[in-house]
Amino acid sequence: MNATMQGNSILQLESLAGTKFADCYQCGKCTAGCPRSAHMDKTPHQLIRMVQLGHVEAALKAGAIWQCVSCETCTTRCPKRVDCAAVMDALRQVSYERGVTSKQQAAVVLFQKAFLDSVRRNGRMNEIEMIVQYKLEGFAAIRRLGFLLNGAMLAPRMQMHKKLHIVGEKVRDRGVVRRIFARCMDGTE
Amino acid sequence: MSQRVNLGYYPGCSLHGSSDDYQQSLTACFGALGASFKELDDWICCGATAAHMLNRKLSIALPARNLALAAQQGCDELVAPCSMCSMQLKKAQRAMAMDAALAEEIGIIVEAKPGGTRVLNLLQAFDRVGMETIKAAVKEPLKDLKVACYYGCLLTRPPEVVEFDDCEQPESMEKIVAALGATPVKWNYKTECCGAGMTLANEEAVLELSRMILADAAAHEAQCIAVACPMCHVNLDMKQSAVEARYKTRYDMTIYYLCDLVGLALGLTPKALGIDRHFVGRKA
Repeated sequence: MNATMQGNSILQLESLAGTKFADCYQCGKCTAGCPRSAHMDKTPHQLIRMVQLGHVEAALKAGAIWQCVSCETCTTRCPKRVDCAAVMDALRQVSYERGVTSKQQAAVVLFQKAFLDSVRRNGRMNEIEMIVQYKLEGFAAIRRLGFLLNGAMLAPRMQMHKKLHIVGEKVRDRGVVRRIFARCMDGTE
Repeated sequence: MSQRVNLGYYPGCSLHGSSDDYQQSLTACFGALGASFKELDDWICCGATAAHMLNRKLSIALPARNLALAAQQGCDELVAPCSMCSMQLKKAQRAMAMDAALAEEIGIIVEAKPGGTRVLNLLQAFDRVGMETIKAAVKEPLKDLKVACYYGCLLTRPPEVVEFDDCEQPESMEKIVAALGATPVKWNYKTECCGAGMTLANEEAVLELSRMILADAAAHEAQCIAVACPMCHVNLDMKQSAVEARYKTRYDMTIYYLCDLVGLALGLTPKALGIDRHFVGRKA
């Protein structure tokens, strides 16, 4: 990546996150409060430092961005009002759009995609439809039987507690839902 | 009882899906308090984690469409009992309030004008009914019940978006629980995250985070945990046996929606509140 492209990437991330990377003075409070930092290859303040230094590509490929559970603790506690949770979202969006997400993180991405696909079709998320798509696409990408079967035993218990709804809901005005998705995600219309 | 409170209602996908025990509890509890919910007609999903992770514009547009429907339907106050939904609705409102160009663009995308409907979380809905009304309606005080009040992440965060209680040491749930005659315990994990919507996408994260919450509540002698979010309930109740299996331990910790506890104190039956549909058995 040349310097101009790097600069553009940083501006794109700043615009998506609504925050300025230069504001961060690396106190590490975001990382200290992060409940997932122990499982991250790069911690939150390290990711921000990488972008400050122009290592955008490496930040986009970090597994850490898919470990974030969006609890907003980092954003809440930042003394410089850097919206760290929004930075995570921005890195994920650009990583997803450029298709540079690592294979280990496939499950997290495919889950979110299955969720949005279901909403796009129905206007509301249909749990069973979403889970079927997630499991099938995830299995195709990860190729572990355990992935396919994990959690399957919950289904009968959910049925017993009347928590399993086979037929999902659809909104009446699905046309507007499809148009909203097209305008936001496909850049069409 | 004081005058009837009429509120708009945005259930969100969870409360019309596997967490419809929450909706059952809400309807019974608020009905008994003389408040009625009018469901937003033809509401759509708020986009939740999936939208904000993969497409920022969509994460504003989906809530904005619902805010526009609320304005069209003359709804001034909208209860969103899921913390994810209420936070996303408020976040979209704030993003549009701070950026006129964005607000205009979103209006075009969603083909309607989002209004200034006031979005309420579960605790704010109770607040709207009023503490005095709740206290006056208590028929069967929850004596001797020790409750860990759990707020999770998005009920109080980010503070400038949700504008609710103290983001590090909230007390509003404790006040309601105490008004029911129960004893809120002091504990350390009330604003820690349970992993929220990552239940399927990153189960390992959810099991680890939920274990710490369950363990801390148990260490502080809580007999149950009260929640105000469907995802908190899924992770702590439905996934509790998976947490126990993963960490070879046993908690047997009952997880109540806050409205379950209020409903029980009002004299409603566990069955009417849907408590019999929880995975972990009841204590109250």
